[in-house]
Amino acid sequence: MTVTVPVSTAELVADVSDLSVAYRSGRRDVPVLRDVSLKIYAGAALAVVGESGCGKSTLAGALVGHLRAGSRVTAGSVRIGGADILTASRPRLLALRRGRVGFVPQNAGHSLTPSMRVGAHVVEVLRTARGMSPATARAEAVELFRQVRLPEPEILVDRYPHQLSGGQQQRVAIAVALAGQPRLLVLDEPTTGLDVVTKAGVLALFDRLRAELGIALVLVSHDLGAVSAVCERIAVMYAGRVVESGDTATTFRQPSHPYTRGLLSSLPRLREPGLPVGLAGTVPSEPEPAGCAFAPRCSFAQESCGRGEAPRLVSVPGRDGASACLRTPEVLAAPAWESAVRARQPRAAQEPLLEVRGLTVDYRRRPDPGSGPTVSDVDLVVRRGEVVALVGESGSGKSTIAWTIAGLRRPTSGEITLLDGTAPADLTREAARRDPTVRRQVQLIFQNAGTALNPRRTAGDAISRPLRLRGLRREAARTARDEALRDVGLEPGHADRLPAQLSGGQQQRVGIARAIAAGPTLVLADEVVSALDVSVQASVLGLLDDLREEHHLGYLFISHDLAVVRGIADRVVVLYLGRVCEEGPVDLVLRPHDAAHPYTRLLVASVLATEPGVGAPAPAADGEPESAPPAAGCAFQRRCPHRLDQVCDRETPPWQDLADGHRIRCHVPVVELRAGPA
Amino acid sequence: MSANAPAARRTYRLFRSSPSMLVGLVLVALNAVVALTAPLLAPFSPIQTDALAAIEGPSGAHLLGTDQLGRDVLSRVLYGGRYALLISLTATVLAVGIGTVLGCLAAYRRGWFDEALSRVLDAVLSVPAILALLVVVTVLGAGAPVIVLAATVVYCPAVIRVVRAAAFGIVGLDYVTAARARGEGFRPTMVREIWPNILDVVMVEFAMRASWIVLLVSSLSFLGFGADPPTPDWGLMVSENRTMMTVVPSATLGPIVALASLIVGLNLAADGIAKARGIDRIGGGLR
Repeated sequence: MTVTVPVSTAELVADVSDLSVAYRSGRRDVPVLRDVSLKIYAGAALAVVGESGCGKSTLAGALVGHLRAGSRVTAGSVRIGGADILTASRPRLLALRRGRVGFVPQNAGHSLTPSMRVGAHVVEVLRTARGMSPATARAEAVELFRQVRLPEPEILVDRYPHQLSGGQQQRVAIAVALAGQPRLLVLDEPTTGLDVVTKAGVLALFDRLRAELGIALVLVSHDLGAVSAVCERIAVMYAGRVVESGDTATTFRQPSHPYTRGLLSSLPRLREPGLPVGLAGTVPSEPEPAGCAFAPRCSFAQESCGRGEAPRLVSVPGRDGASACLRTPEVLAAPAWESAVRARQPRAAQEPLLEVRGLTVDYRRRPDPGSGPTVSDVDLVVRRGEVVALVGESGSGKSTIAWTIAGLRRPTSGEITLLDGTAPADLTREAARRDPTVRRQVQLIFQNAGTALNPRRTAGDAISRPLRLRGLRREAARTARDEALRDVGLEPGHADRLPAQLSGGQQQRVGIARAIAAGPTLVLADEVVSALDVSVQASVLGLLDDLREEHHLGYLFISHDLAVVRGIADRVVVLYLGRVCEEGPVDLVLRPHDAAHPYTRLLVASVLATEPGVGAPAPAADGEPESAPPAAGCAFQRRCPHRLDQVCDRETPPWQDLADGHRIRCHVPVVELRAGPA
Repeated sequence: MSANAPAARRTYRLFRSSPSMLVGLVLVALNAVVALTAPLLAPFSPIQTDALAAIEGPSGAHLLGTDQLGRDVLSRVLYGGRYALLISLTATVLAVGIGTVLGCLAAYRRGWFDEALSRVLDAVLSVPAILALLVVVTVLGAGAPVIVLAATVVYCPAVIRVVRAAAFGIVGLDYVTAARARGEGFRPTMVREIWPNILDVVMVEFAMRASWIVLLVSSLSFLGFGADPPTPDWGLMVSENRTMMTVVPSATLGPIVALASLIVGLNLAADGIAKARGIDRIGGGLR
């Protein structure tokens, strides 16, 4: 059974048949791709999804004739316009890459040469692939920049990559890929690392490009939401095989493979409060077990699943799709993902733990009348056993606030008080000047578990360090260390492992164990799940919630992912350029269709545009985040559809109390905001 | 127990992957062993003169011949590394040790400390090493402690620069931030978090600086500011015997070959470590 995309009358752009790729490890061949077949037609969009280690990136590379060093094709072919790109001669391969296939690598910022102007990247392709003169190529580059919706393309072509934002770099990389006029564009993780608003903008761009140029798109992503917004076809990969394929809307409504079901149930959603239960286990690393590779993690597995050949991809009766599962009828009969959500318990108000009053952090060396401080006049309260989320795009000062509370930075002004214990402790001091008991009570968990752990120190070492703050040594420290490891779902045996010997999820668990081991009351969690796969993300979120319950912790949970926030937080504080726009209980602030503050509204609309099965249009607002706050008035004034001249750019907006603890900072009355822009 | 086996295997693989490092380390070890066991190896006393046997070519009794005072050249070559090695080792340990601490401190503190230190280093680095040493030795006299001190001062700045560059990348990482948030001071942070991650760079620095300092100390001896006669020292021996180069070439070539083997060995070792651990010797940081 072949994944066919979509109608047969269209031009066949790429034909992958029975492709198997393996790399050599020691003296064995380890398969990365197994019997993958895809047909991609002009104007179609196919999403390839799965967890890391499932062979998605290898497939993306194979589509443009690139295999990583050490790997080779063991069977099958990839035909691009009739020619097999994997066996093509060097000149033929170059011709194919210049004219037929375009590739946008993961992390577009790194794929641009820092010492070359962004326009030159495009001009280079135009001159070699299309033989243009320098002047024509430049004009065409400007045109391409306009096509990918870069602002002021005439000026931007002469900028260097570092002068552009992440979203703009992404667009430049797309322009480079489009310069050769490809029939097929392959994008590897095109939305990873982008802010919600930017992400919605980039996805809308893909949709337009497809309609305007009639090119075929392949989006390789672990972000299920993003791909569902753009692609009408989806292929789900697990352990190197396509396990389910079909129409995106149908697949999301009623997945026919247990793995797809598991992935979807791991995804927190804005419209559904509560934490997803997620998918247990991890992708098997070599060698392949007998039978279905997913059987060990599968709740539908029966004894026959673990024997013989892996199940073949067969079409699902009654719909346009295929699934590689022996128990498809049972999977289809089971209720969809809604049942897998762990409901959030309403929590009674507790005594305050952290109080931040008028926090201002100013990085500017000398006074600058054109801008304001990075963080200005922020008030925050975190109670015991409560999760307060700080949300906003990158550059909104979320991490600055967390770092200031952690004592890594001095605030310019304002009060930060920790109210636990006998006397209130002043947290405006640096960490080294704080009392050890205060240091112990405030703990940080980092975003990137890879850099948060010293590569030359074992997991046990990392967890043991903060135990000294509790005055534990030797035997007592070892017991506490093992207890912390068990707390986060690891074994005491993991203590001897170096970070490189742990998976991404395990590393993050060690990071959490290090924070918990100190015996904190307040945990500052800085984007802790954004670098993890959805299934791992769900289990880490569940763990954080369990630990909060068990140790009665207060969390300051920093995230740009509103769906995650909706799942775990009790209260939300929305930040824009270091100023609070809105705060209140999560159910009142993150209302899917009538958020109060214009900025919250933009954020929510951006998230909804990327949520599976919603199909909401991307918000109309300009997708580029700003970098510097204005000198006076409302921080959001320059992007706000409700802007009042002479008011919003002069006076700091007043608080408007809406309901119990829910308030927004805006000049426009909330009734008018809800009615829509004038 | 299980931790030792992979470590041994790793070391074995490291040596296999870089034969030049193995050759270098063997040469250095050979020099060190000879210097330590010279009294057992040498057939004659290195300072015993014998006027009747002066300026003789190689023979059965004197394998490398004798010098102007009739001393056995082989014995003097075997002993000759002791002075240079001791002084160089001390100076290298001091230069790399102080350099590592100051380099880490500059990377850790940043701000005015880093700025002030960098300007001082610029000043020291702008003076040619041998010139500075000659001035110091002329003013303070040619004792071993003076040479050690002067060599340390001359080579420390380069080490600080390299270590600072390597540590700069580490200090920004989250695990160092975590240590700061725990309120740990500079010393535990450096020892536990920074040091293990710049060890490769420091090892390369050590081997490289050692070779330069050996050369510098021997040059001083050659110029007459280092070891005093009758101390057997390679640099001094080359200086003493070069006038009779045509008569007894082995008396000059012996110490030259010995000195060269040590310096080549140190350089090969530095190169090998750098290559095996992926360090850019020019930039000093990780490639």
